[in-house]
Amino acid sequence: MSTSVPNSDLTGVDAVELGRRLAAGELSSVELTRAYLDRIAAEDEVLGAYLHVDAEAALARAGEIDAARAAGEELGPLAGLPVALKDVFVTEGVPTTSGSRILEGWRPPYDATVAARLKDAGTVLLGKTNMDEFAMGSSTENSAYRPARNPWDTDRIPGGSSGGSSAAVAGSLAPWALGTDTGGSIRQPAAVTGLVGHKPTYGSVSRYGLIAFSSSLDQAGPMARTVLDAAVLHEAIGGHDPRDSTSIDAAMPVLTEAARRGAEGDLSGLRVGVVRELGGEGHTDGYEPGVLARVAETVALLESMGAEVREVSCPSFDLALPAYYLIAPSEASSNLARFDGMRFGLRVGDDGTRSVDEVMALTREAGFGPEVKRRIILGTYALSAGYYDAYYGQAQKVRTLISRDFTAAFDDVDVLVSPTTPTVAFPLGARVDDPLAMYAADLCTLPASLAGLPAISVPVGLSEGLPVGFQVMAPALADDRCYRVAAAVEAALADARGHRFLDELARRAAAA
Amino acid sequence: MSTPSPKEAPGRQGSAGLGRQDVAHLAHLARLALTDEELDHFAGQLSAVLDAVAQVGKADVADVPPTTHAVPLTNVARPDVVEPSLPRDVVLAEAPAAEDGRFRVPQILGDEE
Repeated sequence: MSTSVPNSDLTGVDAVELGRRLAAGELSSVELTRAYLDRIAAEDEVLGAYLHVDAEAALARAGEIDAARAAGEELGPLAGLPVALKDVFVTEGVPTTSGSRILEGWRPPYDATVAARLKDAGTVLLGKTNMDEFAMGSSTENSAYRPARNPWDTDRIPGGSSGGSSAAVAGSLAPWALGTDTGGSIRQPAAVTGLVGHKPTYGSVSRYGLIAFSSSLDQAGPMARTVLDAAVLHEAIGGHDPRDSTSIDAAMPVLTEAARRGAEGDLSGLRVGVVRELGGEGHTDGYEPGVLARVAETVALLESMGAEVREVSCPSFDLALPAYYLIAPSEASSNLARFDGMRFGLRVGDDGTRSVDEVMALTREAGFGPEVKRRIILGTYALSAGYYDAYYGQAQKVRTLISRDFTAAFDDVDVLVSPTTPTVAFPLGARVDDPLAMYAADLCTLPASLAGLPAISVPVGLSEGLPVGFQVMAPALADDRCYRVAAAVEAALADARGHRFLDELARRAAAA
Repeated sequence: MSTPSPKEAPGRQGSAGLGRQDVAHLAHLARLALTDEELDHFAGQLSAVLDAVAQVGKADVADVPPTTHAVPLTNVARPDVVEPSLPRDVVLAEAPAAEDGRFRVPQILGDEE
């Protein structure tokens, strides 16, 4: 097995510390950007983290920020920091594919709101990260371009669908990145690469300019090396957006404050519920013992920091997977109807004799990969007359039951915890042609997705030498609780082991 | 074009399964010109997936309302004010084909229409 090696200098430093050095004039944005571009040039052929990198544009942008700083302009705390964006976010003039051939070469005419907010904050776009096509997958093997690989073991998957973002950040090819999470696509890749990844409350981060997969579930969020970095990036992108009709018009909790407070390690009075249906007694099928052991240790750690821990039962979670794999494909079959070869993207077979229907069918056949086709067909079936009630309608009612389980649980506890994934990163190719095995990677992340609740994954150690993620779920708009608990865990574990979690990866590289 | 009738297609009563013909019909509805190999391959895979997702039928949902959306928002509207949209040339520059300031598309109406 080979690991991809972060070098020990700039590119291994936390984003918040890099921001401090930039603001203090100890570091220039050009210098920092170049360090990441060098890492990308050296490592990305193996890692496959990026689908598009424009080194010249990144350095030019970094130079502008440096010049503005030199001229005494007032800059925000993120100014000059590089960032990577999942290729699902549209970026003005910058190629955007959503991991699909059907959008190959497309240059969007506008920026997604989150991309615009990061641009306004003075960040430098390093590139667009690899992903499962249209965010459908848990391994990034469904990318139409190439698979991404896990920096901990390049024979293994970096998770998905935001696997390019996880590979980029874990491999020190970006200080942090944005992903999107529909059924776990931020949390699962973060878990299997040893990162912090947070899915915000549905509606609290704009979906404008996010290429839609399943509109009632899609949510953008941060992937980072530390809980504090994730909180800073989250605050930069969050908040109401009039361009997204599902955007919540409410003040966002102060996440950085929650992360700083959590790191102090006092969880007195916090009520923690361990979800039995997610790896608890009678529900351990498919869960690796090493994952369950790390999670149990973390629960004990929370208790040692003053939390009151109890087991909570959410019986409907057993049906989250079937409900999700009806709802998401149904919404996808409708959303992906827009890729018809008429107004943008690929067009195939337009020879002057074929009808518009024939050209659409040929274009979609050529432009979509197998998993996208499977989900479109499944969704079309679940929505069709005669089956709607039994499948899509029934799944929506199960969704209500799952929300009710959460509501009942949050009457008694402040947060719910579970493993983020049942297993550590699996080998590339192991599940790629077995949809049900691939879907099982989302087992623990789906309930919070269906209920629209915030959930974070924080690394809590290794099993078989690979990272294990711990999930913390909270009520709607209480994202700060996720950050508080994750920061407490992160700080306590770093104290115990004497270094940050990702330093383990650098140590291995040095030893290799 | 017709939707599959409950009689033709199996799968409704628990013994879920999608035959090759069902997949071909659904692919047509979804405008996917699948190959023969794909039809064979997907029919098997989708039958297994359908078996798994059919478990939602086990839930007792009498009197349970459906959730379409996690956030209870309705009728979100912005003020009815004209705002600039994207410039036409910028949009058409990304079109597969354009002509006279418009999208050029294949024949839409059949001969009989």
